[in-house]
This record gives sequence, C-alpha cells and structure tokens, in this order.
Amino acid sequence: MSQPATPNPAGSKEDDLLAASKGVWVYLEMDRGHVHPVSWELIGEGRKLADKLGVDVWGVLLAPPGAANQAAANDAFAHGADGVYLMEDPILADYRTAPYTTGLTKLITTYKPEILLLGATTLGRDLASAVATTVATGLTADCTGLAIDMDTRSMAATRPTFGGSLLCTIHTLKARPQMATIRPRVMAMPPRQEGRSGQIVPVPLGMREDDIITKVLDYIADRNTNEAHLEFADFVVAGGRGLGKVENFKLVEDLAKVLGAEVGGSRPLVQGGWIGHDRQIGQTGKTIRPKLYIAAGISGAIQHRVGVEGADCIIAINSDPNAPIFDFAHYAIVGDATKILPALTEAFRRRLSAQAN
Amino acid sequence: MHVVVCIKQVPDSAQIRVHPVTNTIMRQGVPTIINPFDLFSLEEALRLKDQLGAKVTVLTMGPKMADQALRKALTFGADEAILLTDRAFAGSDTLATSLAISSAIAKIGETQPIDIVFCGKQTIDGDTAQVGPGIATRLGLQQLTYVAKIVSIDQTAREIVVHRRAEGGVQVLKTSLPCLITMMEDTNHIRFGTMADAFRAARSPITEWTAVDAGVPDISKGGLRGSPTVVKKVFAPTARTAKAIAISGDTPEALANSVLDTVFAAHPSLQGDLQSSIATNSQGASS
Repeated sequence: MSQPATPNPAGSKEDDLLAASKGVWVYLEMDRGHVHPVSWELIGEGRKLADKLGVDVWGVLLAPPGAANQAAANDAFAHGADGVYLMEDPILADYRTAPYTTGLTKLITTYKPEILLLGATTLGRDLASAVATTVATGLTADCTGLAIDMDTRSMAATRPTFGGSLLCTIHTLKARPQMATIRPRVMAMPPRQEGRSGQIVPVPLGMREDDIITKVLDYIADRNTNEAHLEFADFVVAGGRGLGKVENFKLVEDLAKVLGAEVGGSRPLVQGGWIGHDRQIGQTGKTIRPKLYIAAGISGAIQHRVGVEGADCIIAINSDPNAPIFDFAHYAIVGDATKILPALTEAFRRRLSAQAN
Repeated sequence: MHVVVCIKQVPDSAQIRVHPVTNTIMRQGVPTIINPFDLFSLEEALRLKDQLGAKVTVLTMGPKMADQALRKALTFGADEAILLTDRAFAGSDTLATSLAISSAIAKIGETQPIDIVFCGKQTIDGDTAQVGPGIATRLGLQQLTYVAKIVSIDQTAREIVVHRRAEGGVQVLKTSLPCLITMMEDTNHIRFGTMADAFRAARSPITEWTAVDAGVPDISKGGLRGSPTVVKKVFAPTARTAKAIAISGDTPEALANSVLDTVFAAHPSLQGDLQSSIATNSQGASS
C-alpha cells in the first residue's frame, strides 16, 4: 500500500487538476448505522479500476461518531479498500443534502480523487448530483459497466440510453473526479479477505448545526420490506406482456411459490397496473442477481436485460423465436408461456418434493 | 406564492424503435409526451394553486417544438409558460442543462420571487435524476428529492414539511422556502384540465427565451462545450457468445421435464439450493 493521499495545493488550471487527481474513491453509504451493501460491490469494482491505473482504493465515510464507523472501515478493508477517509460529526446523524454535500466536496477538493463511485440509491443520486454540480464535473448515472481507457487514463462508463434501447459509453475527459452512480446488485459482491487492513484518515466536517436549514423531524421505517427481497432473492420468476392478460400472472406466482422464489415483472406490466413498481425488474426497477431466473413472456429489451444479466442461470420462455431475450438467456423455450408455466410448476413440484423425501 | 415547474418533452419511449441494421434510433413518427415523472410535480404545483392561490409557471428547455409540452401543461391549469430555446444549448449534458435552467429560473424570479421549484424525479429518456439537484445546488435552494408527500406549508414562517423517501423508510423533513422538490411517482394523478383552461391554453402566447434572454452568465459553460461528459460510443448490446440452449418437447409436460433435466445437469447445486430454500421458507412460514 502506498502512502495516504496528502492535500494537494489547489491547481489553477484544468491540466493541473487532471495531473494532481489520483485514486479511486467509493462512497460508503451509511444510513442509520448500517452500510448499504452496494458500497462493498463498488469497492470490488473500484479495486479493478484502481489496479488498472496503479492507484489505491479509498472508502469515504460520512457519519455521526460511533463504534459502527470503525467496523464499517474494517469491512471496507476486507472488501478491498486500502484506506478510509472518515468524517465524523453529530450533524451527519441523518442524511441531509447540504451537510453531506459540503463534507464530501471538502474531501474531494482537499484530496483530489480521479474517480468517485456512489450507489444509485435515493441517497447516492441526491448526493452525487449536488456534489458533481458543486465541483463542476461529469456524473454518469446508473452505469452497468466501468472500464479504464489507458490512452486517456479516463473511465469509460457504460449505461443504457434512449429509454433503454441502446447502450452508450461516456467519458469525463477534462474534469475531475470522474463520477458515476451504479445501482445495487449491478456489480458482483467481492469476496471478503479477512485480516486485510488499511489506514483511517479522520477529517473534520467543520459545520455548525445552526447553519443547516433543513431539519429531520422524524424517520418512519418501512414495514414492508418486499423490495429488498427481490434484489437479494436467489430465485426469481417474472412475467411480461407475452402472458396476454392480467389473470395469467397467477401462473408466474404459482411457479414462484413452488420454487420459493420472488415474483417480478417487466416495465409494461407495471405501466399496465398488473404489478407494483417495487416488483419491476430492469433499468428503472430492480437489478437482480439470482441463482435462477425464469422469464415468461418477456421480450428482453436492453432496459430489462441490464437488470437480470447477473443471474447465474436464465430460462426464457417466449413465443417469438427472435425475441432479444434469447440473446442473453442460457436456456431458450419457444412457446406459449401460459401453457408451459403450469407444466414447469408441476414438474418442479414433483421433482423437488421427490428428492426431499 | 409562486411556483415554477420544470418539465421536459420526451419521446414516448415505449414506442422507440432501433433500426436493426444501423443501430440508430428511428425517431420518425415517434410521438412526444411530457415526461411522465414531471406530471406528478405539475399536479402537486396545481394543488398549491387550488389551496394557496399559487401562480404556476412552467418552464422547459428544448427545440421550438417543445412548446407543445408547455401548451399541454397550460391545459392542465398552469398560468404561464416559458420555452428556453437556443442552438447554444445543443448537446448539453446534465451539468450544462442545470446551468441554463437555473439561469432562467433566476430570471423568472426577478419579476416575481419564487417559493418552490418543482422538477420530475427523473426523465424517461435520460433517467439520470441529476438536473433537479443540479438546479437546487446552483440556486442555493433547499433540495428535497423523492418527496412522497407535502405535509404542510406555513407561508408566514416560510416553512415546509415533507415526507422524503429514503432507502428503507421515509424521512420527515422541515425546511425553509425557497426549496426545490422532485415528487415520487404515483403520489397523485394529473387532473383533467377544464374547458376554460383548454381555451386559454390555445390562445396563450408562449414566451421564448434565448440564452441571452435567460441571462446565462457564460455561454461557453453551456451546451456541448460546457458539458464535462462526452458520449464516445452508442451501440447495441451483443448477444452472449455462448448461444442459448434451445429446449423443446412434444407436450408442455415433456418440455418441462426436459428443462429440469437439462438445467439440473448443467447446474448440479441448483436442485439442492432450491430444496433448502423451500425448507427454510416453510420453516419461516410455520414459526
């Protein structure tokens, strides 16, 4: 591990900033004492970028003082970070745009990272947009792939575009840091390396509560945690427009029940009111990484594809042999999903219970 | 009370088609709509008009034809419409867009001070959710994204209380006006405008502003030149190198059995994983 970054003198020119900016940073999203797992996924991805560039990976943690911060830093090291910038202040007890933007901006202008990754959560998107505007740099939202272009030493950030019908690759060439948000579960969780350690650099926030206009009056925790279930489910069965009518969605639910799977659907089903938005799979819904994904009557537009590509095994059923879903499914069944789903449900039911007994 | 609603005209993305050979977007004949997420914010603004007598100004940036989106907003009940249109804005990324729009909002505020700026949560064509916070940051407005509900507005104290959606819960936030709000989807339904509004919208002039009219301070920081992000490549995804294994059968039952045989053979741990998952689930259900 190299020395921790030291404050750089402020460069007046664009080129100075480019030359002075070093290192890959990952924002460690801590909310109410708990680090969002997307932070570890991004450390895994940041590690690959940093190794290509020959630089370190640093986690950035803004939080109220507490024992959870040391634990979070240790988790960051175990997932591949070399160091953690830790900004502790009671003001940071709840997420609020202004103090978090001030704090993260202060860290950026002081230590000058070349890349900064954040999770595309409600918090990450809110914070990333405010910070990128404050430091006047480029921010690419909801990336599905990150790479380094060594010719320009810039990050190539790929994301769906035009409503998810094509992909585009975006670079930030003349500003730093190069910022990107990535949705939870898009990147793989890196394995933990126990015993790995790193350096913690404390940095003060330097704000007074009186200076902050927005106050948090209360926090109402969700009772319904179905959303998290879909993202972290090992088995998912989903339906699309090819099911024909809303009554047929029950066939998806029947199969899911036999498999102990979560149910989901494509965007048209949400727009048609068949399922809630929290069940949508794809670019504007949830990204999943299950061991088994069964897609019935889903054509597989890019915006759906990017939400399911991390699945270990994709079985697609579609009556159109040219449906794009067959370009990325592992198993292709051409036929009427409403006839095949009940047969699959029955076959799984028999096979799984026979083996268990 | 004066509220400004920023809207965007977008292609109806459900109908976008990609040319199979050239991989370009086939724009011809694709209808345009007001970005659906903006309608939740527009409706919320119109409710403030109903309840508090707020004046509602709608603002968009785009080509001349974007006046259609503004006229539509007028039919819903907005009072005034401003179109920010200038070739200098072409190629703007989110940073350059927030510069242009925030300049125009500041200009609008010179005539009548603004209490709330509304934006959509995100657009359906860009899906970035970046322009709203960019505007708030540039104008120094309190930033309230993902608002699920406006709980109360105290015009005397100039304070607002909202529910803001966070991961795993809802924050109850109190802040001072002026602020910028992006509404969550499905928080309301856009109204049917009245006949009177429809007639008024048809006759209403739409104010057109260039970059100079809007008071954009440094045009070199707008448009393509003012955009730090560069789109290097647009492409269609390639098929996986390994082609999908086709499975067929004479009857659905034969097909289903063939699927299980093939998949379980290729993924030996899958059957065990499914069984232990089912066992865990049924334990959870019975406890």
